[in-house]
Amino acid sequence: MKITREEVAHVARLARLEMDDSEMEAYTEQLNAILQYADKLNRLDTEKIQPTAHVLPLNNVFREDRVRPCLPREEALANAPDEEDGMFRVPRVIE
Amino acid sequence: MSKYETVIGLEVHVELATNTKIFCSCPTEFGKDPNTHVCPVCLGFPGSLPVLNKSAVEFAIRAALALNCEIPSFAKFDRKNYFYPDLPKAYQISQFDLPMAVNGYLDIEVEGQTKRIGITRVHLEEDAGKLIHADFGDYSLTDYNRTGVPLIEIVSEPDMRSADEAKAYLEKLKSIIQYTGVSDVKMEEGSLRCDANVSIMPAGSTEFGTRSEIKNMNSFRAVHRGIEYEVERQAGVLESGGKVVQETRRWDENKGITYSMRSKEEAHDYRYFPDPDLVPVIVDRDWVHEIKAGLPEMPDARRQRYVTEMGLPEYDAAVITASKAMADFFEAVAADYHDVKAVSNWLMGDISGFLNAEGKEIQDTKLTPAHLVELLKLQNNGTISGKIAKTVFEEMFTTGKLPGEIVKEKGLVQISDEGAIAAIVDQVIAGNPQSVEDYRNGKEKAIGFLVGQVMKLSKGKANPGLANKLLKEKLQ
Repeated sequence: MKITREEVAHVARLARLEMDDSEMEAYTEQLNAILQYADKLNRLDTEKIQPTAHVLPLNNVFREDRVRPCLPREEALANAPDEEDGMFRVPRVIE
Repeated sequence: MSKYETVIGLEVHVELATNTKIFCSCPTEFGKDPNTHVCPVCLGFPGSLPVLNKSAVEFAIRAALALNCEIPSFAKFDRKNYFYPDLPKAYQISQFDLPMAVNGYLDIEVEGQTKRIGITRVHLEEDAGKLIHADFGDYSLTDYNRTGVPLIEIVSEPDMRSADEAKAYLEKLKSIIQYTGVSDVKMEEGSLRCDANVSIMPAGSTEFGTRSEIKNMNSFRAVHRGIEYEVERQAGVLESGGKVVQETRRWDENKGITYSMRSKEEAHDYRYFPDPDLVPVIVDRDWVHEIKAGLPEMPDARRQRYVTEMGLPEYDAAVITASKAMADFFEAVAADYHDVKAVSNWLMGDISGFLNAEGKEIQDTKLTPAHLVELLKLQNNGTISGKIAKTVFEEMFTTGKLPGEIVKEKGLVQISDEGAIAAIVDQVIAGNPQSVEDYRNGKEKAIGFLVGQVMKLSKGKANPGLANKLLKEKLQ
């Protein structure tokens, strides 16, 4: 399996990453190295091995449905670049 | 027969009525001041860790069991990645390949036929925040109170073939979820939301056409209209030699059209991957059995029981069991009153009329089963006439006073004294010679008018049966 430069450009755009030609080149190469390694793993027989959903040997970590104090609004908004009427102000997103 | 066949699948989001959000302890309450129900977790602050709400899992399983789903023993959470300010983390925690529930169904009734609609899956996810777009200026405002409220997404199979079937499916789904009590399923408050996947294919074909996804339909009626519009639009595209493109379209309620949402095209590349912050859920079989045992009688079973055991007509049973509160009310009244059809007539007639007019559910009113039982008994034992009963009903619906009290206060007791009615009858006969003449000449209908006059003169209090009898006797 190989990743193309176009695919790297597509993924970069989805992740809102801006990169120049040399970076694009470098990441394409690095990502391909990772994929090649994964290809190696693919050759192993994993027939009898359970898929790993999580690396920790834990499951069913739950919280009881009880309300606890929220963050005061001033604190919630403290680091917001811009705010208005208790809301975070962001660049317009509707078409 | 139409040239094309319509294929519809629905994706329904239901907000779960837990006390707290799915991954943090903020309350889920609706309508609070913006950003007052937030914390580092639902605001997506770096370094915060989500912890799953056990009730959200339980509610999801409860709803899924009511929809006849299988509950796999292993489920996990995944990240759905996209940039939009309604989710500050830039991903939504959802479930991709191992959801809470799969392979369910529900039955709908359309044109007297029962049809089974498959349910592909039910998965848990977090809701996004609310965006407010400024009327002027180039910005939007975000309120994250709703961010992290637990949702279940219920995905149907593409089994529906008309807008009517889609509407029937939604109504049934709403009813079932309401019975389970996991949500208040109010479309107008956004606790029930529906997207539709719609395509058309040549009639008789087995290969589905290209589908479009319609969003922003905010009522059952809008879903119906949106689908009908989309079917026509796609037929138009095909008829003019074009091709339907796969896209997301937005329903515009005012214009009654759907239009393409170009910004959504790229967004479909969500790059799901397992959320490393959340460990898997192993659903113990005993837990599933326990939840199943706690489910109430579902609308279909109840409807059947009303028909077979209580002798209610099929139509009445369907209308009454659609809402759990209505069905509970019905049963409470029927336990104390013998004539179940009279009870259902009140519920489907005046009571539904008042509820619709005020946009309320029966449990939100001052009306109790005891009110209706008393009213029915007063009418049945002849204390008040059917006409007066309506007046009393209106009063008790608005004030919550008991009917006996209202009847006494307003002096509405029916006149069943023959002498008193005879006096009014004489007056009516004297005052309406033409009708009297007509009746005597064989025009049976004239009696109706004369009874009406007796009722009018007595201000609705005369016993109409008695008035009718006395009139006939005197006119012989």
